Parts: sequence; structure tokens; C-alpha cells
Amino acid sequence: MDEPRQRTPSPSTHPPPTHPPAYPPTHPPAPHPPLTPETAMWDYSEKVLELFYNPINQGTIDDSAEPDVAVVYGEVGSIACGDALRLHLKIQQSTDSILDARFQTFGCTSAIASSSALTEIIKGKTLDQALHITNQDIADFLGGLPEAKMHCSVMGQEALEAAIYKYRGIEVEHHEDDEGTLVCACYGITEKKIRRAIAENDLTTVEQVTNYVKAGGGCGSCLANIEDLIVDAQESAETVRAAAELAVAREQRSQEAAAPTPLTNLQKITLIQQVIDEEVRPILIADGGDVSLHDVEGDRVLVKLQGACGSCASSTETLKYAIEAKLQRRVLPTLTVEAI
Amino acid sequence: MVTYLDNNATTRTDPEVLAAMLPYLSELYGNPSSMHSFGGQVGAAIEAAREQVASLLGAEATEIIFNSCGSEGNNTAIHAALAAQPEKRHIVTTAVEHPAILAVCKHLEKRGYTVTYLSVDGRGELDLMELEAAMTGGTALVTTMYANNETGVIFPVEKIGAIAKAYGATFHVDAVQAVGKVPIDLATSTIDLLTLSGHKLHAPKGIGVLYVRKGFRFRPFLLGGHQERGRRAGTHNVPAIVALGKAAELAQINLAHTKREAELRDMLECGLLATIPDTVVNGGGAPRLPNTTNIGFKYIEGEAILFMLNREGICASSGSACTSGSLDPSHVLTAMGLPYTILHGSIRFSLSRYTTEAEIRQVLTVMPEIVERLRAMSPFNNDQAEWLQERDVALAT
Ligand code: FES
Repeated sequence: MDEPRQRTPSPSTHPPPTHPPAYPPTHPPAPHPPLTPETAMWDYSEKVLELFYNPINQGTIDDSAEPDVAVVYGEVGSIACGDALRLHLKIQQSTDSILDARFQTFGCTSAIASSSALTEIIKGKTLDQALHITNQDIADFLGGLPEAKMHCSVMGQEALEAAIYKYRGIEVEHHEDDEGTLVCACYGITEKKIRRAIAENDLTTVEQVTNYVKAGGGCGSCLANIEDLIVDAQESAETVRAAAELAVAREQRSQEAAAPTPLTNLQKITLIQQVIDEEVRPILIADGGDVSLHDVEGDRVLVKLQGACGSCASSTETLKYAIEAKLQRRVLPTLTVEAI
Repeated sequence: MVTYLDNNATTRTDPEVLAAMLPYLSELYGNPSSMHSFGGQVGAAIEAAREQVASLLGAEATEIIFNSCGSEGNNTAIHAALAAQPEKRHIVTTAVEHPAILAVCKHLEKRGYTVTYLSVDGRGELDLMELEAAMTGGTALVTTMYANNETGVIFPVEKIGAIAKAYGATFHVDAVQAVGKVPIDLATSTIDLLTLSGHKLHAPKGIGVLYVRKGFRFRPFLLGGHQERGRRAGTHNVPAIVALGKAAELAQINLAHTKREAELRDMLECGLLATIPDTVVNGGGAPRLPNTTNIGFKYIEGEAILFMLNREGICASSGSACTSGSLDPSHVLTAMGLPYTILHGSIRFSLSRYTTEAEIRQVLTVMPEIVERLRAMSPFNNDQAEWLQERDVALAT
């Protein structure tokens, strides 16, 4: 075993300064620039900070046993997760609507702001309307949340659901998301819940999943499994897309199959004659010209231009193409017109 | 007024340090590697700084390698130690190290090394028996911190070093938080390699040192230049090196005065504990740095506390999940087995020689109201809260 080295003070030791500086220092450096909450740490919107520093609807609701009024609360999260929300609702039973909402939150700045925002959003809504509120609505109300804080808005949406389920007598404990295989043991997040978050929010990376539902934010041992779920979701999205494309192709084919049978020669010539007589000639005659059908050879339509229309070369071309376009549209796209 | 109590994150550059480095940012711009005298005078300044740092550590000037920061020092130390004994494939470290150690260890595990992560108890202290039990003849390296950055808890480095030496292992110490705060005498130490970082002792950011004991079979990490006697290639960051020299000189003087910092720290700690119920000092029972206190405010969350403090112009730091960008609470406090009630609501206040009594009083004035406001919002406001996990109640009582 090596003994600790004993050493005489190094000859190179720097000599102590002759005039030691005062202690504590008498000339502190220039003052710090001012601090603003807006520039601190996370890039929070003004609304987030406002609702954090001055939260609205914080607290509980007492059940005063008023007629036609029910008081319930829903809760999500736990102290282990680092955030938790208990949402209290005062419900008018006859109208099934929310008279008042209050919150108690354990969590960060954005968790508190999200809770406060949620209570503002849902007041006055019917329970059915409230159930349609998504975490994105909460984030939007706040003017956005940093990606890594999206789970705070998810917590709001879940607490709302929990409260309404409770009022309606649906066992929250049996929320289908909480059942099934546990993917993230650190935060108790199931496969179902992760799949739902991926699908609803179009998540494509593990970081996003962590930001939305926290899974993977702890020891990290579930990250590979989350990755698999994302790949899975993308593959099933692929399958859906492929199926949709197939359906479109089939539809097209069946439309083609239902398309009218080709015209007979006689039908074609009759139709050409009809279009020329009814739609082309009246315009030309009005301008002092005229046209007559000379012959039809396969898809070649031979016409004779008369009057003003026959005299100038360029107008002949123009007219030829004008007639051709009309016949292609009205009779057959493969027709060409030639003036003789 | 800004009250800066986050000195374990970084310190302000001392005005004397700034004055010392300024000429090397302007007229004295020579490259110390040049043969001419214009570069030579700059080279002399580097050697003077080397002496100043060596003096602070009780080391010899030739044992000091200037580098860019603590992370570089830690990475280099680990690789150097493994290169020195390539046949040994075992590393011992602790669960509470800085990521610049833990991430390297995790990486090495994938390369076939085995790593033992020693646990800490509720006070943040190591069990030396556990260390003994982990050591084998195949242990290449023992790497531990001198003092923990979050709690300030000081490890018994010489005892650890003695055990490491008994097994022929290299002993590296990450002393980033300790240098300048506690006396270190490497002349009489078991430490082979030691890391320090300039910006934790009032030098600017981007300068650090790796101490390498004379005679240690050092293999450089950064190749391609003859600087630092071939042990760390790369053009010298001259102004920062000069600054670190000056900062080391001032730190040596300051060491005699850290009692004042400890007194202010204790005033803060006692004041908070006396006025705010359900508050604990994390690591409070262990030997600690004089400038650090880590306080758990039960039932509320750290980031929310920090934002409230920030509005009062007070800068501190939190071991809570939300502030770090990841969602897991501090690995240090978690390793200490603290209950969740404390884990998420812990705040670190770290002082410096610039901290004043008025600043401490300001914190003592605003903190009770902040805690009260947040607790009023929290659904957990005492250990009886029906919602608390069983584990927490058990641990907290
Ligand atoms: S199991 Fe998911 S983060 Fe630990």
C-alpha cells in the first residue's frame, strides 16, 4: 500500500501576497443586472407567470348541501411523481353544468398555472362540454407551454375527467388507461396511456412522450419500450394510410368500370353535328362567319370554315382550336379538328 | 438588488482576477508556444499561474495541467487511470457523483467495464465498509467527489484513498466544489488525480485544472500538441489561466475566512428552520462545505419556490425535477433516500465571500411567505394528508 506522500512545502510555492485584500471584499464588483421572471429558467408565457403569481380559483369547495347542487373532486398525480392536482367542482344537477371550479396543486409553475387555467375554462360549461376539453385547450389558454411542460396540461385534463367520472359514478380507479401492462414503473404509466398520448398528440419521439405523460422521465429503463410503442404507432398509422390508399384506388377502378361504354361511330358523328349546330355555329354566325361539318375519320373531324372565319389564316387557327376544345370537352377528349 | 446564492453553480469573477487577466486579452496576446520573447513573457505568466494553483493545493507546479473545465478534468482522469492499468476492468464510484463522472462510467459499462456505485445514507455519507467490500485486485480506479455539489457533504477522501491504495487502485477526486472552500494539501495526500474548475472560485468559465501526482503513468486524452508537456494538447487559454492563478491566490487568503461564510450559512439555515415548519436540512448531520445548505421544504415543489424567489431578486437552485429539464428529482437527494415530501421541494443556497448579511436577511424575510403561499395551494399540507404515499409517511416520521 502506498503511503501518503510526505513532502516538505514545495520550494515553488507562491509567496503570499504582501497586502492581502480586505475580507469580506470592500469593493464588490459591479452590481448584477436586474432579474426578471420572464427571463428566468423556462420560457414561460406571460399568462403562465400571471396565473402562477396570482392564481385564480385556488382552494377547495365546501359542500353546503344546497338543493340541486353537488360538490365533487377529481385527483391525479402523486407526490412521488412530483406533481399532483385535486380539482373541485360545484355542479348544478338540473342543468348538468359547472357552477364553480377550484384547484389544489402540488407542482411547478406551469402545473399551478395550468390548474388555474383549467378552472377558468370550465366554469359555466356543461359536463359534456367539459369532457371535450383537451390538454391542448389548456395549453392554448396559457399562450402555450414549453414542450417539456406539456404533462402539466395533461394532468389538468385528466383531473377534470376524474372529477366528472366520479360525479357520474364511473369508477376512476378503473379508468381504462390505468389498466394493462405497466411500461414506466417510475411513474406508473401503462402501455395504454402511452399509446393514447402518442395517437392523440401525434408524438414521434421518446422525448415528446416523456413531456406529455412523464413516462421515461425517471430511471430511463423504459425508454426502449416507449420507442417500440412509437414505432408501433407509426407502423399502424402506415397501415391505416395504406388501407386508405387502397380504398381510393378501388373506388377509382369501380368508377372507371361504371363509365359509359364507348360511342358507336354513328353516335359520335351525331353528337359532333349536334354540338357544332347548337353551340358553335350560333356564335360564328353572330360574328359574320360559319362552319360546317365535312367528314369524320376516326378521331379526325374535318370542318369547313366560311365567311369571315375563312379569310384570315390566324383566325382560322384560332377557330379551329376553339372548336376542337369544345368538341373534346363535349364529345370525346381524343378528337382533333382540321379545317379544309 | 440581486441576491446571488447560487455560487455552487458558478461564482462571479473577482475584480482583482479580472484586472489580472485583462492585459492578456489586449496587449499581451503572444502565444506562449512561440520562441520569441513576445510569446515568452506570456509563457512566464502561465508558469506563475501554475505556481499559484500549485500553492493553493499543496502540489508542485509540474503536477498541474491546465485544461478547459471540470468535465474535461473528470473525463481525462478516468481515461488516464484506466490507461495506466489496462488489465484492470473495475471502477468504484458513488451514486452521487457529478454527471461528468456518472455518464463516463455508464459509457464504460457498455465497453465491458464493471462499475460499483457506492450508496449514501440519509445524511449523504458513504459507508467505508461498503467500499472495502467492493474493492478487488481488478479495481483500476476509485473516483469520488471531495464534496457534494448539492448538499455540500464532504467525503472522507483520505480514508477512501487509503483503501484504494491498499488494493493498488488509482484514486481520483473530483474537487470542483471543494477547492477554495476547504484546505487541501496534496503533498500529504493519497490522491493521485484531482479535478478543479476555475469558475467555482471566482475565475471565469472555461478554465480548469487536472492535478496529476508526480510519477503517475499519465496517458494524455487530448493529443496533437506539446502544450502542458505533452499531457494536454491545445493552445493555452492564457487570459483564463492567468485569471485562475490570481483566483487561486485569493482563494488561499480566503480560506482563513470561510468561518464567516459558515456563520452566514448557519444564520440562514437556523432562521429558515425556526420560522418555517416542516423544513429540514438535507445532509445536515454530516461534515459539510462552509458555504452550502440544502433545505427541504415539505409538501411544495422546488421550481415553484425558485420562481417566487426569482421575483424577489433571489437566485438559488433546486434539486427538483422541473428545473433541470428532466423529470426525475435530484439523483443525489434520491440516493439519500429522502421521502418524496422533501425530495421535490429542496432548495440549495450556496454562498460566497461576497454574500452579505443583508442578503441573508432578505431571504429570511421573504421565504416564510413564499412557503406559506405555495403550501396553501398544495393538496399535501401535512404528513397526515390522505393522499401521501405510505413510503413517505413512514420515512418522514
Ligand atoms: S421506468 Fe420509466 S423512467 Fe424509470
